[in-house]
Amino acid sequence: MSADPLIEARDLRKTYVMGDEEVHALAGVTFTIPRGGYTAVIGPSGSGKSTLMNIIGGLDTPGGGRLVIDGADVGALDDEGLAGFRNRTIGFVFQSFNLLPRLTALENVELPMMYAGAAPAERRARAAQLLDRVGLGQRKAHRPTQLSGGQQQRVAIARALACRPALLLADEPTGALDTATTREILQLFDDLNAEGVTILIVTHEMDVAQAAKRIIEMRDGAIVSDRAVVKGAAA
Amino acid sequence: MMTPRDLFATAGRALRVNPLRSALTALGVIIGVASVVAMVALGQGAQRQVQASISSLGSNLLIVVPGASRQGGVTIAPGSFNSLTIADAEAIQREVAGVSAVAPSQRGSAQIVAQGANWNTRIEGVTTEYLAARDWEIASGRFFSDAETRQARKVAVLGATVASELFPNSDPVGERVRISGGTYEIIGVLDAKGQSGFGQDQDDIVLAPLQTVKRRVSGRQGRANTVSQISVKAESEDALAQMQEDVTNLLRQRHGIGQGEADDFTVQNLSSIAETAQQTTQTFTFLLAGISAVSLLVGGIGIMNIMLVSVTERTREIGLRKALGARKADILRQFGLEAIVLSLAGGLVGLVIGALAAWGITSLMGLPLAVGAESAVVALVFSALVGIAFGSFPAWRAAQLDPIEALRRE
Repeated sequence: MSADPLIEARDLRKTYVMGDEEVHALAGVTFTIPRGGYTAVIGPSGSGKSTLMNIIGGLDTPGGGRLVIDGADVGALDDEGLAGFRNRTIGFVFQSFNLLPRLTALENVELPMMYAGAAPAERRARAAQLLDRVGLGQRKAHRPTQLSGGQQQRVAIARALACRPALLLADEPTGALDTATTREILQLFDDLNAEGVTILIVTHEMDVAQAAKRIIEMRDGAIVSDRAVVKGAAA
Repeated sequence: MMTPRDLFATAGRALRVNPLRSALTALGVIIGVASVVAMVALGQGAQRQVQASISSLGSNLLIVVPGASRQGGVTIAPGSFNSLTIADAEAIQREVAGVSAVAPSQRGSAQIVAQGANWNTRIEGVTTEYLAARDWEIASGRFFSDAETRQARKVAVLGATVASELFPNSDPVGERVRISGGTYEIIGVLDAKGQSGFGQDQDDIVLAPLQTVKRRVSGRQGRANTVSQISVKAESEDALAQMQEDVTNLLRQRHGIGQGEADDFTVQNLSSIAETAQQTTQTFTFLLAGISAVSLLVGGIGIMNIMLVSVTERTREIGLRKALGARKADILRQFGLEAIVLSLAGGLVGLVIGALAAWGITSLMGLPLAVGAESAVVALVFSALVGIAFGSFPAWRAAQLDPIEALRRE
């Protein structure tokens, strides 16, 4: 592992108050993820994996502990800082794709670059290139409703890569897809990782987690196992 | 950060998603702006007309009319209704300083008959000073002379309306008409003056020498030397107030009115009438514009309502945009601009409709059209302000949304 990990989490904590009961969504989580890694976080619902993903993605703030991602102390970022962090450091992929229905595939991919302030010509070229990369070069002008689920998720992956993020953060990326399409998407992740993209997948499906190189398993807000995946045993 | 171009494109796209809803939302502002524009134009048109028509009566003019206020009923001498005389007019000319013209006149009405046509109109017996006092010009022919006035010659000068009614296709100068049984030669036609501030056609008139009218048209109405009106023109506007006082004092003295007794005549100052009329129309303009502004306010509330609905419907979109790196300011601008574009578009359409309505109403009522550039600017600025004022709250709500909650929403 390199001396400069992409994610360094130390004793991360997050507590929610529900009524008069305190829920420890994260009860002291410590791990590091190197650059170029391909990691799956797995666990049943309520294990704290969604909270962890939200905090790593800059959508939520840690309640305690320290989280450094790509050199930035995430806990110390203000609202504006977090927006910039989400824009440049993180590329989100969601279970339900979350494409804007009124925009074409190309325009959806352009969206993060628009918030980054990229010039129209530049971001158009980059978006076209990314759609070519995920195999949708012929579907640039299609709207989400004209695309299959797998195609929509490819557009979402292209969008996630738009601002060259340090981390591709995928939340149940195959949860809404059938088995064949799931395999295609996971293959795409594999290829992207081979090209150097750091990937973190959050899932509750062991099949999907097996596609990663490393599995962090969570339960009740804590890490219960952290192991490398033996290739060949999976699939 | 989004560039202005991206912002406008995003706002425009969002509004085109549901064109009917956008149009209906803008309708409130359209109606508001249209009515403000129309009402202000109407008010200004009326104001302008009052101004024009009062100045068309003659500038720097005092008009003296007999006994408008008779006190005590029977104790007043019966002749007091026709209290003004030609001698009064001569005295004013002689004794009051700052007078440029004094014109006594006697009003009557008569049926005028030309070959095959007839017309009922006002006939005004006047002296040669009348045109100067009333700032009136001869359009063709000539006015009568002092000699013709003295000799009570049967000559007449027609107002533009009478001329066109009786002689639609020919020049009436030199023609003859019959008025109250006498035959008159038409020696001239007056310039057109248009309507007066009180809706009266000033060109529906025939002028004849004072003595002629007194003897032949309205002779039975009073003593030989009385007149129904004296027009007194001042040399300058500044002299008008002083002159009004001087004329009043002179006439009180001449009519033998003691201290504490009421005048048997009234001196009207046209510029003070003009001022009053102007103030009245201005008040009405403000009132109408104020009522219309309320509908603009209601339109703004409509925008706020729909924007709040829109923010709720698009919660997920807002969450996504935030996840992709939109800052609060980006969301605030996006939704704020949507409201402003909606409101401004409504303002533009409202401006056009309002201007058309103003044009329609003014041409129907014969008022001058007055849709100024300033009312267009005011309308647009106001509709933009409505958009900002009523779009801010929904936009702020959108910007405050928690992205995690927003993304979870279906």
